[in-house]
Amino acid sequence: MIADLFSDAKPALNTVRAIYLRELAAYFLTPLAYVFMTIFLIALGAFTFEIGRFFETNQADLSPFFLFHPWLYLVFLPAIAMRLWADEARGGTLELLLTLPAPTWSLVLGKFLAAWTVAGAALLLTLPMWISVNWLGAPDNAAIALGYLMSFLMAGSYLAIACAMSAAAGNQVVAFVLSVAVGFLFTAAGLPIVGNALGPVMADMLASFSLLTHFEAAQRGVLELRSLVFYLGFIGLWLSLNAVWVSGRKGG
Amino acid sequence: MDALTVAELSKSFHQRPAVRGASFSVAKGETVAFLGPNGAGKSTTMRMIAGFLEPDSGNAFINGASILSHRTLAQTSLGYLAEGAPLYLDLSVKAFLAFLARTHGLSRATTKDAIARVAEDAGITNVMSNPIETLSKGYRRRVALAGAIVHDPPVLILDEPTDGLDPNQKILMRALIKRMAQTKAILISTHQLDEVEAMCSRVVLIDRGAIITDTTPAGLAASTPSGRLDDAFHALTRAEKAA
Repeated sequence: MIADLFSDAKPALNTVRAIYLRELAAYFLTPLAYVFMTIFLIALGAFTFEIGRFFETNQADLSPFFLFHPWLYLVFLPAIAMRLWADEARGGTLELLLTLPAPTWSLVLGKFLAAWTVAGAALLLTLPMWISVNWLGAPDNAAIALGYLMSFLMAGSYLAIACAMSAAAGNQVVAFVLSVAVGFLFTAAGLPIVGNALGPVMADMLASFSLLTHFEAAQRGVLELRSLVFYLGFIGLWLSLNAVWVSGRKGG
Repeated sequence: MDALTVAELSKSFHQRPAVRGASFSVAKGETVAFLGPNGAGKSTTMRMIAGFLEPDSGNAFINGASILSHRTLAQTSLGYLAEGAPLYLDLSVKAFLAFLARTHGLSRATTKDAIARVAEDAGITNVMSNPIETLSKGYRRRVALAGAIVHDPPVLILDEPTDGLDPNQKILMRALIKRMAQTKAILISTHQLDEVEAMCSRVVLIDRGAIITDTTPAGLAASTPSGRLDDAFHALTRAEKAA
């Protein structure tokens, strides 16, 4: 059994790489990635400077910048992931993919990593913000680096939901709506208004499943191991569901 | 050992049987025509063999590997041209073939040679840099076939490979299939009975999900007084409907 697992590993990794490169090409050889990154950066800038009042806080940190990441990811990331499986179903290429000599998880992982790379590229393009606060003052750069790391993991979490929904729905619009709805549940669970309505015990339990709650500690510059584990586990769970839903299509 | 063995494959959709206990085999060097009217269960059977659909019962073995218990291993030995020849339209022909070669684990050097070989075989050397979306239906079908054979598999399943080709392209495609038949086991679904006579050594006829007959083209033709394949096809499938 274990020998089978390792003998399958090399072809599976070949497939992960092939799917990853194919999806990256699909993002960057079409306007999709550029439109996403441009609008995401404009929106992030507008929220940071206009609503977060970046300059008026008179503090050399990126709190107003990180504050809006979950809400922007909630809307923007499903837009880049909704096509991943829905397009394959619509174009008939799902049959091509599922008859390749590769386990389903390798297809799922290749697609997810490509979308995560696009999200990571968008995040990298915000680095001038970091440079700016260093120019304006003396920020806690370790805290900012942590913020970036956890933001990247959080982006992976929203993307994993959207990938799974794309596989489940088989239609881009439905996948987008479902991704935003499910993402909103896992975001809003950490809002004080939800906690106040449910009482402290229930509120704590719900908040522990919130993508927002686990990002808040990082915004304070605190690295919590449980948040790292949460995000990685969350991504793993939704990618597993993704694989299950893709495999489910074999039932006909 | 047969290169392809289909054992009692069955599949239903919404309690309606699409394939009922289909069994046959294809040996290396054989080209078998998989015939049947529209909706008879040809594509469903081929999809189960290729691992795209899970059968309700039965199994298929490609080069001895079960498509159920050793799917990846079985698919390594398989080249599959699906109905409608699905392709990534945004990719160039070369990028598409390179993508498939990568998924089959071909090295960079081998990939280059393999792409050159299948491009020559499929007659697509003049469109290698073109985006697939700009190609005609006939070219797309040939690109899809090139993709199915880029890893030089010992077993080929071709679902209507000549659909949409003009007469000249059909001649080229038949010649290619005949060439490949010398070293491979090939299962072809087609509605072109002249193709069956020209290329195939055996005919498996399916109707309403069940295999009706498994014989040679001459044997099938001889089952009617006229000695013609189309009459035999008509008589057998009509008889099944009347039964």
